[in-house]
Amino acid sequence: MKPSIWHRMDTLSCQLTPFLLTLALVILTLIPFHIPGMARIMPLLSLVAIYHWGVYRSDLLPAYAVFLIGLVQDALSGVPMGVYTVIYVVAYSVVAAQHRFFSGKSFYIVWLGFAVISGAASAAAWTLISMVHGSLVDPGAVLYQYALGLGCYPVIAHVFLRWQRAILRQI
Amino acid sequence: MKNSSRTVSRITAPVRSAAQRFAYLMLVLGGVGILVIGRVDTLMMERVRAQITDAVAPILSALSTPVDTVNWAINEARQIYDVHGENQRLRAERDRLLQWQAAARKLEVENRLLKGMLNFTSHPNASFVTARVVADSGGAFAHSVILDAGERAGVRKGEAAVTGDGLIGRVSGVGSRSSRLLLITDLNSRIPVVVESTRVRAILAGTNTDRPRMIHLPTGAAVTVGDRVVTSGHGGAFPEGLPVGVVSSADDGIIEVQPYVNRDRLEYVRILDYGLKGIIQSGPDRGTR
Repeated sequence: MKPSIWHRMDTLSCQLTPFLLTLALVILTLIPFHIPGMARIMPLLSLVAIYHWGVYRSDLLPAYAVFLIGLVQDALSGVPMGVYTVIYVVAYSVVAAQHRFFSGKSFYIVWLGFAVISGAASAAAWTLISMVHGSLVDPGAVLYQYALGLGCYPVIAHVFLRWQRAILRQI
Repeated sequence: MKNSSRTVSRITAPVRSAAQRFAYLMLVLGGVGILVIGRVDTLMMERVRAQITDAVAPILSALSTPVDTVNWAINEARQIYDVHGENQRLRAERDRLLQWQAAARKLEVENRLLKGMLNFTSHPNASFVTARVVADSGGAFAHSVILDAGERAGVRKGEAAVTGDGLIGRVSGVGSRSSRLLLITDLNSRIPVVVESTRVRAILAGTNTDRPRMIHLPTGAAVTVGDRVVTSGHGGAFPEGLPVGVVSSADDGIIEVQPYVNRDRLEYVRILDYGLKGIIQSGPDRGTR
């Protein structure tokens, strides 16, 4: 039996959620919370999302979607255009290539994987931006940003795993 | 049948994996291309950035409103709690300011008389646009905020933005309904300043930390901690005399300035239009504005 148009639209909208949730995290990091010092060390929550979907459902967040997210992150955060676009696509391709390694592994192993990937991504961002500026950028804020991102990982991963079980199981 | 499908998958699997790798490579190259184009054709990338910011600005505006409201409520509660102490402090400050007011009135009259004698031409008055800060972006690498007013509201690239406390930055990109404000602490920010009391000129350079540095000082210039720093108006980009900050440390030739404006409390800013056509606007984009 051919699925009805509503059913197909429903499936499509569910399939889009990983992309939209990641985009929502890009926007969330930009909202001024007026917490002293927060804006400087706001973690890259979109990288958490890209890593998560790369590990668990890379079919729902294809590489070109990651490219778009990187572009939006670049445009909104004011860093030179292309920095996060490159870093996100490379990080995603590494995670997607290790897809088999991560399947069935415990949460802590996946978290450790994130520590490695986001550490490399932070170092790459720091290097790229220092190259673009032609001088070494203060690394202090990047370290805090990295640590905060690690701390945020379990919270976001938990919400996304619940989402996967509730909404994306059938897709 | 089973065998043939296995053979097919044995052939297609490497092809598919190679295609996927090729796609990744193309996307990475695309990103590198954007990075390079951004260096070569800054204006084009600025337009792309402004368009993306414009598209997201309404969402940011809607989301930041409740956060601002909660923040306002917390501040109100804190103020009510501290109303007695605040009252005492304000009384003391009023007494002090009344003395200043008397001094200022006397100086104002004297200044007017002297200007009259010298036939001094004063600066035109500024018009301004008030805009709300809807996004505090940048993270560790860039210090900029997004405002909810753009070209339609009369914001132009290069204009200075101030709060009641002092200078906060300059408009670095304008969309039709949003604009980006480069803060004075950003690595790309360079502002001609002058030490108010000694008239020592310098450039205030952002360092991506909370305290920008004064560079290109004349040799032998003495700057001491606590000196007020204001814009010099050189280069014609900024009006002169906007308060910027105070010198917070001056060790080994490194002079750091503590800005008057606290980035964390930014809610509304005023974008000043003095009708100046400074160095910032003299680029190839002049014709498009």
